[in-house]
Amino acid sequence: MIVGAWRPARVADVAAATPTARVLTLDVPGWPGSDAGQHVDVRLTAEDGYQAVRSYSLGSYGSAERIELGVDEIPDGEVSPYLVRDVRVGDELEVKGPLGGYFVWRPGGGAPVQLIAGGSGVVPLVAMARAAADAGAAASARLLYSVRGPDAAMYRDEIEQLAGHGGVGLTWAYTRRAPEGWDGSVGRLDDERLRGAVWDATLRPDVFVCGPTGFVEHVADALVRLGHAPERIRTERFGGG
Amino acid sequence: MAVFSRGFGARRRDTDPNLPPGQYLTEDFPVLSAGPTPRIDTAEWSFDVIEDGRGLARWSWDDLLALPIEDIATDIHCVTRWSKLGTSWRGVSIDTLLEDVDSEATHVMAHSYGGYTTNIPLEDLTDGKAWIAFEFEGEPLDPEHGGPARLLVPHLYFWKSAKWVKGLELMDGDAPGFWEQNGYNMHGDPWTEERYW
Repeated sequence: MIVGAWRPARVADVAAATPTARVLTLDVPGWPGSDAGQHVDVRLTAEDGYQAVRSYSLGSYGSAERIELGVDEIPDGEVSPYLVRDVRVGDELEVKGPLGGYFVWRPGGGAPVQLIAGGSGVVPLVAMARAAADAGAAASARLLYSVRGPDAAMYRDEIEQLAGHGGVGLTWAYTRRAPEGWDGSVGRLDDERLRGAVWDATLRPDVFVCGPTGFVEHVADALVRLGHAPERIRTERFGGG
Repeated sequence: MAVFSRGFGARRRDTDPNLPPGQYLTEDFPVLSAGPTPRIDTAEWSFDVIEDGRGLARWSWDDLLALPIEDIATDIHCVTRWSKLGTSWRGVSIDTLLEDVDSEATHVMAHSYGGYTTNIPLEDLTDGKAWIAFEFEGEPLDPEHGGPARLLVPHLYFWKSAKWVKGLELMDGDAPGFWEQNGYNMHGDPWTEERYW
């Protein structure tokens, strides 16, 4: 893993992802590249020298010097409201990374891949789905994406595209509001819905679960009940501000 | 480095001298774990001290609770940048557990149910600096926070405070544990920001 020093980054694009989230594209000269699933530290410096640092997952992967962060606003947060509401193309900040060597998917492993996201937890899993598609492994990858309602899904269009014919197997789950015409159930994922949406435990999939703490705890516990080996379930939990 | 972020800083929070650099205060208790939460029955629980593959000491849950129990008031600091000030715990000091252990070890690998490991210099565990904790804020420690018992080494980043701890392996040198193999620092002092390699 190459961490190195803080690198200056320039905002190249900002795109609304949901009413509370944005995808930021940053140009980072000298960026060493990252594996799918890694994150970066972002450092902001005010004009009086005051600094704050937070970690954000990368939706991008690979060697390009252009990276993509998905940021969901935490209402009483200090950094995320700035990144979601205030930052503009051309603004500068600093990044350090890539960080994290465990919640990572690399091609060539052979095992099927099960991605399970809650809310903005989809960001590192989008990087993995992109990597699987680019490696010709999309058919062995499945994504279960749980959101409160249809407008809460980040990367919706790209995910639908990755799931096109022969692509990543995709299952949506809605916990509060379903889109019009939805014939499935609405509410918290139970064991039966999980069983139907994820690779069977006998196939020994590599499972990645990312989302808010309560979601990850609930899903990981259920996966263990469904027979998945705990050591094959990798988790990343969001919390704090 | 003169990189300024235009317009940043309006929502800054109060600083606190008890907050290490780069940390922010949280009132929550966020969870950092690499996998599912193991559920360990205290009837099955045991805690071992081992060296060179040999068991030097073992305690059952009841044995542990029969040892002198200390009240611990401390701040905790997670490498993911949250800090929580003024937390209260109860547990047994590592000094108590190692009292009768004769060893030349310099480092320790903490082992957990579920397979987690983390490495710590022995001197960071002794002289009143670390505990096996089983109560948080007057309640039994929740499984998601490491219950029934976790290591508590509050002067280091909190990934060193191994959840679901089941033993200490004494070593005559340092070796990386789980997060340390995956990019985190071998020592983890929050005041000098020993976060990554």
